[in-house]
Amino acid sequence: MLQIDLWKRILILLTCVAGLWLAVPNLFYTSVERHNDAAQAIELGADTPENQAELALWPEWMPSGLVNLGLDLRGGAHLLAEVKVRDVYEARMQAYWPEIRDALRPERATIGTVRLQPSPADEVHIRISQPEGMSRALEVVRGLATPIPTLTGVGANDIEVRAEGDVIIVTLSDAEKLASDERTVQQSLEIIRRRIDEVGTREPTIQRQGADRILIQVPGIGSAAELKEIIGTTAQLTFNPVVSRGSDGDAVPGIGNIILPSIDEPGAFYTLEAAPVVTGEELVDAQPAFDQNGRPAVNFRFNTTGARKFGDYTAENIGSPFAIVLDSEVISAPTIQSHIPGGSGIITGQFTVEESTNLAVLLRAGALPAGLEFLEERTIGPELGQDSIDAGKVATIVAFAAVLVFMFLSYGLFGIFANVALIINIGLIFGLLSMIGGTLTLPGIAGIVLTVGMAVDANVLIFERIREELKTSKGPARAIELGYEKALSAILDANITTFITAVILFAMGSGPVRGFAITLGLGILTSVFTAIFVTRLLVVIWFERKRPKTIEV
Amino acid sequence: MRLRLVKQNTNFDFFSRWKLWLGISGLMMVIAFASFMIQGLNFGIDFRGGTTIRTESAQPVDIGVYRQAIDTLGLGDISITEVFDPTFGPDQNVAMIRIQAQDGQEAVTPEVIRNVEAALKTVREDIRFVSVESVGPKVSGELIQTAVIAVVLAIGAVLVYIWLRFEWQFAVGAVLALVHDVILTIGVFSELQIRFDLAIIAALLTIVGYSLNDTVVVFDRVRENLRKYKKKPLNEVLNISINETLSRTFMTSVTTLLALIALFVLGGDVIRGFVFAMIWGVIVGTYSSIFVASAVLLYLGVKRDWSKPDANAGNQYANIDA
Repeated sequence: MLQIDLWKRILILLTCVAGLWLAVPNLFYTSVERHNDAAQAIELGADTPENQAELALWPEWMPSGLVNLGLDLRGGAHLLAEVKVRDVYEARMQAYWPEIRDALRPERATIGTVRLQPSPADEVHIRISQPEGMSRALEVVRGLATPIPTLTGVGANDIEVRAEGDVIIVTLSDAEKLASDERTVQQSLEIIRRRIDEVGTREPTIQRQGADRILIQVPGIGSAAELKEIIGTTAQLTFNPVVSRGSDGDAVPGIGNIILPSIDEPGAFYTLEAAPVVTGEELVDAQPAFDQNGRPAVNFRFNTTGARKFGDYTAENIGSPFAIVLDSEVISAPTIQSHIPGGSGIITGQFTVEESTNLAVLLRAGALPAGLEFLEERTIGPELGQDSIDAGKVATIVAFAAVLVFMFLSYGLFGIFANVALIINIGLIFGLLSMIGGTLTLPGIAGIVLTVGMAVDANVLIFERIREELKTSKGPARAIELGYEKALSAILDANITTFITAVILFAMGSGPVRGFAITLGLGILTSVFTAIFVTRLLVVIWFERKRPKTIEV
Repeated sequence: MRLRLVKQNTNFDFFSRWKLWLGISGLMMVIAFASFMIQGLNFGIDFRGGTTIRTESAQPVDIGVYRQAIDTLGLGDISITEVFDPTFGPDQNVAMIRIQAQDGQEAVTPEVIRNVEAALKTVREDIRFVSVESVGPKVSGELIQTAVIAVVLAIGAVLVYIWLRFEWQFAVGAVLALVHDVILTIGVFSELQIRFDLAIIAALLTIVGYSLNDTVVVFDRVRENLRKYKKKPLNEVLNISINETLSRTFMTSVTTLLALIALFVLGGDVIRGFVFAMIWGVIVGTYSSIFVASAVLLYLGVKRDWSKPDANAGNQYANIDA
């Protein structure tokens, strides 16, 4: 039927207008961007006249959603980091040793003396001198285990304890390892986010990928190396008792001890007890400061448990040195002069002002629970991005113009209908992209250009069909009607299959490829819509007005 | 006066030599595959790990000087190519430097990049590093795997869809055409040694989509004509269908090619390989929907009894005495 209900006409029209309305901000990209930045700043409390002026660049009643530009267009840094989740096992097991020792101490009568044995990093091996008491020892150590909640509800414990001869072997259970990995990655994600927020760049993307990876994209940052400095440092701060000081880094430290180099004195090594007294996790605040000699330092404050442990330790060990260790390097090893009850202190060392500020930021944001390994890093300079945008713009305009002219030459008036639909189509793509906050990448621009080429396909199918139907001289109205009707199945089948590939691309791809999949997929949706509804509406309106006896397509 | 790419009422005989066409297509696939096996693809860092640095300088690129500067660092295999592009300004001299993944290092080392940058600074003071990308070998291995899975999944999904919408012979024809397109595209990339990176996989999948688009349109007409001409032999029906859709096939290919060529010439060198793949794919895809997909259909034969009622056919009751 060459009739379209009024409500359908209105709906089609409204959809087009809404889509184009949403696309408008992209024509004034910089103004709208500045407006949005200012709006955000004001919301955060920075209600300055400058921000108000920026805010006024774009009227409040207009939509302000923009198509995000991908890193390849805007410039910035991209990192893919793998969290070394196994690091955590080691720290966990190290922390277990004092606990186990204390629990076994009252049982000496049955199990004899207890000694820590060398072991792989994620296990604790303990030898007891009276193997007959093994069953009792196992019982005691097993008593230290805490149950962990699992999805299956089966009671699983965090540690597994077994005996091999006279050695007790304590390991983390698989369920606990899984849970620990999950926590580690979540925590790392959170801490990376905090660190990047502290530095204050705009619109960073920090996403988890797969089981143990984190994707970080920060637009506008100078280089990936800069970004790595912010997030790559573990900033694991511990306070360990000092056993001795020496100059041999390869000396045997003794079981339960570690040898770490000094950060400031080359060639100096400290032998420390591996289990720390307090760790950076118990810090509540850290600020850059200066020590009594006016050198840059960092002030810190412990939370209540940290303060108590620190206070107790200092009270008991007046006169002996303890080490402040950051990421396996001894920053300083002062001697405890007096009991420090308040839970605050100062870290001195040979810092520059910048280093002390950075260290304070890192300590405040918290330590990464595990190290990061960078698997992929990309830096795209802003000028390259700008070049790509410029080239993409020119190419899109030329492609667009060529297709418009070609369609007009081939189909005359009907070509113009198709062209109007094509222009609306591009508008709709940008409108949808802005609405869903999609990201436009360089391959995404290619996707749009491809859509321009392919969007006319549906119209071509219809027009060619109308031509064919005209040959059998059924009269123009009937020919147009049949043209739309018979072309429909081909249009749908062809576009659904292409859409399937777009969906698979989206699911499997990452970064730029995904951007391409989004524009391709949206382009298919909008081009089918414009071909089936918009050009048809145009044709029908034209036909109603003119009532031509013959038509030429 | 209208522009007509294909005159009205064509009656080309596409299928008198269909065995020859299948033979040629098969031969081309063998050549492409051989090229792939012998030469191999020029994988970008996405797929084999390593670092690429894109440099820009007002002074002309001198590959020899660049190489000398970097060779002292002992980084193993390094390739340096100058990049030309019509969109560059007069004092934009661009080079791409590719450094292989360093042995035994999973993560990317900032020191290596810093050293290379410093070395280049000594020979070209104004050199700028407009993009630096590194991919570790672990990720690149996974990227290959994901890419292969994506292509296979796409082809599989299409197979199922066409099977559901048509008959299995159609699905086989369409999928063989897709495989043909993918192999020929890979062949061209290995023969011309164009850099094969992640974006090319996206291009491959788009080619799959485009070629399919074309094939489905032809098949849709075949299905319709099979109902219309019940007595005609299959090769005639196929021929009629292809002739009827020929004008559309060319129109769509030309508009798409127009758009892609604009992008190829003006879109900058960063996506040129990507666009090249798509242009090639459009050409091959158009060819394959006629000479591979339809020829395979002819070879396999097709069930002629379309008794399944179809609302679009308008003659669903006419089958009763057929």
